[in-house]
Amino acid sequence: MSVESREARQPWILLSPALTAIILLLFVPLGFIVVYSFWLRTATGADQAGFFLDNWQEALTDSFYRDILLNTLKIAGITTIVCALMGYPAAYFIARSRGNKAILLLLLMLPFWISYIIRTMSWINILGVSGALNSVLIGVGIIDEPIQMLYNETTVILGLVHFLLPFMILNVFVSLDGIDETLEDAANSLGATRWQAFTEVTLPLSLPGLAAGGLLCFVLGAGTYITPLVLGGPTDAMFANLVFEAIITQLNWPLGSALSLMLLAVLGALVLIYNRYLGMAQLMKGLG
Amino acid sequence: MSSVILTDIEKHFGDFTAVYKTSLEIPDGSFVTLLGPSGCGKTTTLRMVAGLLDPSKGEIRIKDRRVNDVPIHKRNLGLVFQNYALFPHKTIAENVAFGLKYRGVAKEDARKRVQDALELVQLPSVGDRYPKQLSGGQQQRIALARAIVIEPDVLLLDEPLSALDANLREDMRVELKRIQERIGVTTIFVTHDQSEALAMSDRIVVMSAGRVEQVGPPEEVYNTPASEFVANFLGASNIMDATVLGREGDDLMLDVDVFGRVAVPGRKAADVASEGPAKMVLRAEKLLLTNRDEPADGTVAVDGTVEAVDYQGQAVRYFVRAGDRQLQAINMIDEHPFDEGAPVSLRLRPRDCAALPAT
Repeated sequence: MSVESREARQPWILLSPALTAIILLLFVPLGFIVVYSFWLRTATGADQAGFFLDNWQEALTDSFYRDILLNTLKIAGITTIVCALMGYPAAYFIARSRGNKAILLLLLMLPFWISYIIRTMSWINILGVSGALNSVLIGVGIIDEPIQMLYNETTVILGLVHFLLPFMILNVFVSLDGIDETLEDAANSLGATRWQAFTEVTLPLSLPGLAAGGLLCFVLGAGTYITPLVLGGPTDAMFANLVFEAIITQLNWPLGSALSLMLLAVLGALVLIYNRYLGMAQLMKGLG
Repeated sequence: MSSVILTDIEKHFGDFTAVYKTSLEIPDGSFVTLLGPSGCGKTTTLRMVAGLLDPSKGEIRIKDRRVNDVPIHKRNLGLVFQNYALFPHKTIAENVAFGLKYRGVAKEDARKRVQDALELVQLPSVGDRYPKQLSGGQQQRIALARAIVIEPDVLLLDEPLSALDANLREDMRVELKRIQERIGVTTIFVTHDQSEALAMSDRIVVMSAGRVEQVGPPEEVYNTPASEFVANFLGASNIMDATVLGREGDDLMLDVDVFGRVAVPGRKAADVASEGPAKMVLRAEKLLLTNRDEPADGTVAVDGTVEAVDYQGQAVRYFVRAGDRQLQAINMIDEHPFDEGAPVSLRLRPRDCAALPAT
């Protein structure tokens, strides 16, 4: 075997364990889901194999699903914007701090050591009827009766921001950290105020990080079902809750498959648009 | 008239004193170099003039205006950094035009001035490109164009040549000096490279450990160092213990270690008392090695032995043993350099020597 062909094969040899895992654990199950989505659940509760478009017709035409999909995108959108507004200053602070950068990043990572579900449920102890906030308000005498603060859209967004903010901060941080600080000095020396130097130089150069963080927050936010399940009310279901409902509660795998593929298509389209204009490289940088 | 006047400025970072009681006057249109090893306070001083750092004490005046409380964007200074600091997301023309935008220069006028600046740095046709598409030397020229297009009161250069290759650095040195003379802008140049300082400056400010050691034209700083530090930092020097014997006319008579009696010109011994201990400074290139049988011809001569030879092409650097001292000599090569172990005669001319007070 020639040296050239050995060198050409080496990357594939190194990639093969990961590729095998991805194919077996992602693409094969995805194929099952696609097949399932064309099956039909009969009145007896058994699935009938075949090629039926009933599930797709229901998923695509029923306004119930469409409204929840739009609501899901809205909640994910608001969450992303809140994360951007809260995360950017934090990321800027970390990127510009001297010496204790590593500690600040460690603190940022700290929440990941605790299960996302536990973190979400912690809000019940804070905002619940007998939670910390109500106790304080009653203790101080501002209110007499506990207020029901949980189980609405606001708490869902709150929970999502809590979950997703570190992703935003990390992505923006990586982007800001790569910007040479003397650029701002140079802009200042040329007559720009600190704010002008920020908007003219630093902000545009950090946009790729902001976009990458935004994409991650949006996709992860739109795909979650735990946060609305724990912190949302009966009317605050997001699209992933419908999938959960169809598959786990109703055991209607064909419909659940069609719904999950719909969500995958919408979010996949977003990623493709992002990739077209900004490239995945920045996203990888943020994750690494 | 002086463009920049520093009066007793100091900068402390916690317990660390970066700059201590430094006063300096920089004449209009002159090229002044702050020279010193890293950590000597030269960059800190420059950053205080620029407004990137606030002095802990003292006053900074630029063009007869106290600027201590004037923020950097209102100081009208041109700043060039070691790493160029061009805006990567803007074209070359946008980079150069950046400062004009904040000065309210009309678009047409700005375009013309940008073009003039690009021509001045001999890169007239790169306006549409991005910084990444240019070489390091070209980027530094653009950084210079961006700094001078705003017609700054003072041009501040923070080690602008350090990131360039050796050959390019020497070209840029000449180029930078040409442009500075052409537009006549007062310039403060920070470097740790003595050859840059000697080649470009009207005046050199040698700094060490936060203090000014000496201020003067390159020739004066080089030939008449005011301290041992300056003597050692600019080129190689031999510094020898001496005792002052007294004055004879304009000369100061010294009894020098190894060499014996040397009559140092009075102007090169200004700070030395008429008696007591002193130091004599002799540049390595002023110590001449010859065969022992050559006539002394009015030089002071002692015998020595070559201990090490550092061949440098057109010149050679010797380490020579004379008595209990090792001395350095840098000589042009005449036919063959001396070999290690060769017996030689060391010759110095008294007028090449300078004297310093003993410390």
